Amino acid sequence: MEFTEDQLQRYSRHIILPEVGGKGQKKLLNAKVFIIGAGGLGCPVGYYLAAAGVGTIGMIDNDTVELSNLQRQIAHSTRTLGMPKIDSAKNTFEALNPDVKVVGIKERISKDNIKDLIKCYDVVVDGSDNFPTRYLVNDACVMLKKPLVSGAILRFEGQVTTILPGDGHCYRCLFEEMPPAGLVPSCQEAGVIGAITGVVGSLQALEVVKLILGKGEVLKNTLLIYDALRTTFRRVKIPKNPDCPVCGSKPTITELQDYDAGYCRL
Amino acid sequence: MEEVKVSKSINIKGLVCPYTFVKAKLAIEEMELGEVLEILLDYEEASRSIPKSMEDHGQKVLKVEKINDTDWQLVIRKEKE
Ligand SMILES: [Zn+2]
Repeated sequence: MEFTEDQLQRYSRHIILPEVGGKGQKKLLNAKVFIIGAGGLGCPVGYYLAAAGVGTIGMIDNDTVELSNLQRQIAHSTRTLGMPKIDSAKNTFEALNPDVKVVGIKERISKDNIKDLIKCYDVVVDGSDNFPTRYLVNDACVMLKKPLVSGAILRFEGQVTTILPGDGHCYRCLFEEMPPAGLVPSCQEAGVIGAITGVVGSLQALEVVKLILGKGEVLKNTLLIYDALRTTFRRVKIPKNPDCPVCGSKPTITELQDYDAGYCRL
Repeated sequence: MEEVKVSKSINIKGLVCPYTFVKAKLAIEEMELGEVLEILLDYEEASRSIPKSMEDHGQKVLKVEKINDTDWQLVIRKEKE
């Protein structure tokens, strides 16, 4: 594949980087990334991956755009209120970069559809807003050996980690079981400062880009915690747990489950 | 200077930064280690910035020469993928 003149201009700031070059840019154009959620994190992740020329972006979300989303979900707009989020995001990303094909799925992710949805993709990004989905995505990625870049945000704090099944830790190595619903903040407590989605989503997008390029180091066996109020980043080592119920040597979780425990969705 | 055999030659006259370097980098990426790239250009700034960037990327600059009133010739050997 040869670059068109438009592509040379669009990706010139990538091509001149030693770590990217023409070869790396072609890897990006040929890459397929699946994003869970078109909300606070899915918007910036998809936006930057689209700008970077990631050729195929799959996205699942069952919601429609509401006014209360727009304080942080920057792929949507006042003009797309009421529209399915995946359609709103697809319009935004494809308008930014016609090289990108966005495959939007307006469904809720579940144990029954997740494996079929992610199996053809190179990397999975979790931008979901709840623990049941986070565990489901983790377990499915471990079972299918898909690299997973997981992000979470709450109030003024964000977390990012990159799970490379068979190599590093997984989410259950860190927290074996989901926290009981009562320990998770209730809806009134679950505010989120808008710009933190941009910080965490951009970190996730960069993890994805590095995985595609095969350059640098990702957050394997590491949880990165960002405290926006104090403006600090903290790296916490997460060793792989040999007895992990899903990625350990004798896994006890061998089938996917849907968890539903009355969690507040942020 | 020892005689070198040029493997590939590109003419990027009329181009300005950063496309001068974009074209030069794409050309050298497709070459084998040890092969030599010749670049003809007429954008003065690139006659300085391309050699510098190529060296930063690990390539060997063999020659930078103003060959007439408007044009420069660069000769670069690929030493790094
Ligand atoms: Zn594990």
